[in-house]
Amino acid sequence: MSDVNNMNLLQGTLDLLILRTLKTGPLHGWAISERIQQISQDVLQVNQGSLYPALHRLERKGAIAADWATSELGRRARFYRLTAEGKRQLDLESESWHALTVAIGRVMKLA
Amino acid sequence: MSSSDIRVRLRAVLARKRVEEDLDDELAFHIEMQARKNAAEGMSPREAVRLARIQFGVGDTAKEECRDARGVQMFDEFVRDIAYTFRNLRRDAGFTTLAILIAGLGIGASTTVFSVVNTLLLRPLPFTQPDRLVWIGNVAVNSVGEWALQVDHVLDLRNQTRSFADLQGYFDFSKPGDSKLTGEGQPVSLTGIQVSCGLFPLLGVKPVVGNQFTAEECKWNGPGAVLLTYGLWKTRYASDPSIVGRKLIVNDSPVTVAGVMPEAFDFAAVFKPGAHYDLFMPFPLTEETNKWGNTLSTVGRLKPGATLASAQAEFAILAHRIASQHPERNSLNPTLQSLDEHVNGRFRPALLALACAVGVVMLIVCANLASLQMARAATRQKEMAIRVALGAGRGRLIRQMLTESMILAGLGIVPGLILAVAGTSAFAHLQSFNIPLLSSVRVDSEALVFTVALALLTGLVVGLAAALQAPAVAIHETLKDSNRGSNSGARRHNVIRGTLVVTEISFACVLLVGTGLLVRSFLRVLDVTLGFQPESTAAIRIDPGQNFPDQSARDTYLNEVLRIARSTTGVSAAAITDTIPFDSGEVSWSAIGKGQVLPPSQYPEVFIRRVSDGYLHTAGISLIAGRDFTANDTPSSPQVAIVNQTYAHTLWPGQNPIGQVVDQDGGRRVVGVVTDTRHKALEQAAGNEMYMPMRQRADLNGIQLVVRSSLPPAALASTLRAALKPLDPNLAADEFRTLQQLVDRAASPRRFIALLLAGFSTFALILAALGIYALISYSVSQRTQEFGIRRALGADAFELQGQVLFQTLSLAAIGVVIGLGASWLLARSLTTLLFGVTPTDPMTFASMIALLGAVAMAAGYLPARRASMVDPMTALRAE
Repeated sequence: MSDVNNMNLLQGTLDLLILRTLKTGPLHGWAISERIQQISQDVLQVNQGSLYPALHRLERKGAIAADWATSELGRRARFYRLTAEGKRQLDLESESWHALTVAIGRVMKLA
Repeated sequence: MSSSDIRVRLRAVLARKRVEEDLDDELAFHIEMQARKNAAEGMSPREAVRLARIQFGVGDTAKEECRDARGVQMFDEFVRDIAYTFRNLRRDAGFTTLAILIAGLGIGASTTVFSVVNTLLLRPLPFTQPDRLVWIGNVAVNSVGEWALQVDHVLDLRNQTRSFADLQGYFDFSKPGDSKLTGEGQPVSLTGIQVSCGLFPLLGVKPVVGNQFTAEECKWNGPGAVLLTYGLWKTRYASDPSIVGRKLIVNDSPVTVAGVMPEAFDFAAVFKPGAHYDLFMPFPLTEETNKWGNTLSTVGRLKPGATLASAQAEFAILAHRIASQHPERNSLNPTLQSLDEHVNGRFRPALLALACAVGVVMLIVCANLASLQMARAATRQKEMAIRVALGAGRGRLIRQMLTESMILAGLGIVPGLILAVAGTSAFAHLQSFNIPLLSSVRVDSEALVFTVALALLTGLVVGLAAALQAPAVAIHETLKDSNRGSNSGARRHNVIRGTLVVTEISFACVLLVGTGLLVRSFLRVLDVTLGFQPESTAAIRIDPGQNFPDQSARDTYLNEVLRIARSTTGVSAAAITDTIPFDSGEVSWSAIGKGQVLPPSQYPEVFIRRVSDGYLHTAGISLIAGRDFTANDTPSSPQVAIVNQTYAHTLWPGQNPIGQVVDQDGGRRVVGVVTDTRHKALEQAAGNEMYMPMRQRADLNGIQLVVRSSLPPAALASTLRAALKPLDPNLAADEFRTLQQLVDRAASPRRFIALLLAGFSTFALILAALGIYALISYSVSQRTQEFGIRRALGADAFELQGQVLFQTLSLAAIGVVIGLGASWLLARSLTTLLFGVTPTDPMTFASMIALLGAVAMAAGYLPARRASMVDPMTALRAE
């Protein structure tokens, strides 16, 4: 298990993970962190202390939008969804992420 | 900045509470979900919640970072600074009130002066392209002053000039109450002024209702027409738009209302400050009006490309040519001035002096506030040190200081604006003041912007000055400091504050010297030899309600008026004149002695007074030689005249003027010589004056009854009106004007400046005294222990007191020396404003040194006394 924040991942990685997670549909903060954890098979664990500031920052940038809605427990929760701008950003960044990992992979193989 | 960015930031600022609650809610939901998950994995509910909390981490950090993510951290800090400042200021109510009052007085004075200066100097005249308008005066040869132009001269100039698109003018000989409006109930006397037909189009002013005068209406004996001022239209005709075309009876002739001038058009404010007009009538430029002499006050509009200098050069040539072609006309010597310069130029030096004075006051205010802030900062050093110890950066402290002084200065806007609104409205209502456009002075949007900018600037200057010493706070030194006043921080503090106080004193000194010079000039002006005695003399217009068929009917009326007035109880002397001193509409002619040969353009201009017998005595004008007129100087008796000393000297230098003949009306023999009387301006000599018996002239330029009486003017007016009623039931209900009022009015601009400056100086002096007092008190309180020890060692109280006073005086002395030096240099620029006083008047300088010295002594006395009273035991135990 490792914490996204402690892994010194490239800046913006958490943002990218959040955007990708939201591609399938609106989720609240807890669900986002659970989803990332599950899919990464517990490798990536998102610290709430980073998750929420990141969500708020993305909201300010206009990549995601938030609405209050009733959660599966029947309680009010804040659901985040991708905006058009967010989709565009996700496309751009996943492409460059892909290019980056391929490049790093090549270097690692050679070395 | 994207729209979402703005939305988030705005929401963070405007719906702060809501946003915070939402954040709490969101994080609580997260913990709840986590707890649920933990429970599902088999934990007890309590354990599940506890673990969820631990897993979540320190909530406050997350929250803080979420707040940062909103991008309004600076703003939040600012809001906290403000809240903190208000808490502080409330705790220190005395200081706060004093600081706000000082800032408020400074801001109020500045805004008031700004409004005046802006209206009078900065703002263009309220006409179309005012910078192209030119005033054309006619400077007299062999005499003082400037005259109007003769009509034919203006017509010729207009035809021949290439510099001007047009020349127009007005007939500047109307007097208050000239136009009698009848046929609408009680007769009312209104004041009208005659303008040439193209004057308003030339200025670019159009009637709001109706039309300009037509060419037909501008002909001699053309159909009578009037344009009403907005004020008359509103008050008398209830803004009735159907007024256009209505027939009115003005001075017994029918006239048609052509239109109404705009509300903003204040002819009097620009051209005849202090006057008031109700009507405009056309002034025909014809051979008939040409015969009246120098009657047209002329304004021109420059053609594109022409300049004032080129126009002046052209007019010099044209005038020479026209004068030589028409030797029969009056002299022509046109001098050009921009209209703005003509209207406001006289007051420019005075207003600039005022603006500088208020600037100096504002600097003193800043120095004072900075010094107060520093004194407060000194008592708060420990608080500051603790804040530094807790991690507040130097920048953060300075920002806090700035916020504080900005808020103080900002709060000063409130009393400042109240003062400015009161001040400007007081100025605008100074109707007896002879200053153009003063009536339109008010605090407007420009003044508001100025006020806010000034307050911000003040806050900035004060805050930065006070912050100068903030970094001097060394944490550990301050925290362990036992306040012995011996550390370098305190010494530095004293040096900075000492500098501020010296600055205040020198500024106050400059202001005081300037004020002293102007006040002395004002007193000198009040002291000039007027040549007449304004005390207990009053004048009233008694133009009859009807026109007389001939001069003898008029003289019968005037004789009767004189008889009644002279037999009224309380009246010791009465006479009639058509010209009283310091009133508008003076007439001048050019006339030389019989037998003298001069080209007409070299004839001396002489002011004409047509008076009854006894006028000299009533007005208190001394007869130097010869005799006064008598009731026997009539049309059938020999033509006579009385001249003043200057005219006698101009025409017959070194000879006895009595018996000489003035070449006027076929020759007037001089029967008397009188003293000169000042009549145009208090500062201006009389020039040539000639008196003629009213019974020998058919053309009186208005009829003024002048009486000398010990009764109050109001009582006198009703008594006389009742007495004159049988003679003329239509006599307009004018009030008496005392000659003293007219003299005061002439002195009013100087009084205005002197009063304002005196006010500023007093304020500056108080601030300087306050600065000295605060500084000396502080240094005494810091040295309490020292004084205590010295007392214990046997120093006597008197010696300690003397020492503190010496410290005070040396500060004052430095300030005064700097201030005197600066005054010495600056006073020269006041030369144009001075009268009878040199810019380096030793009396003024000496008295200001004495005054400042005395004030400094007084301000230093209390702390000095406190120093001498220090009880050694208490002082030593205080630690």
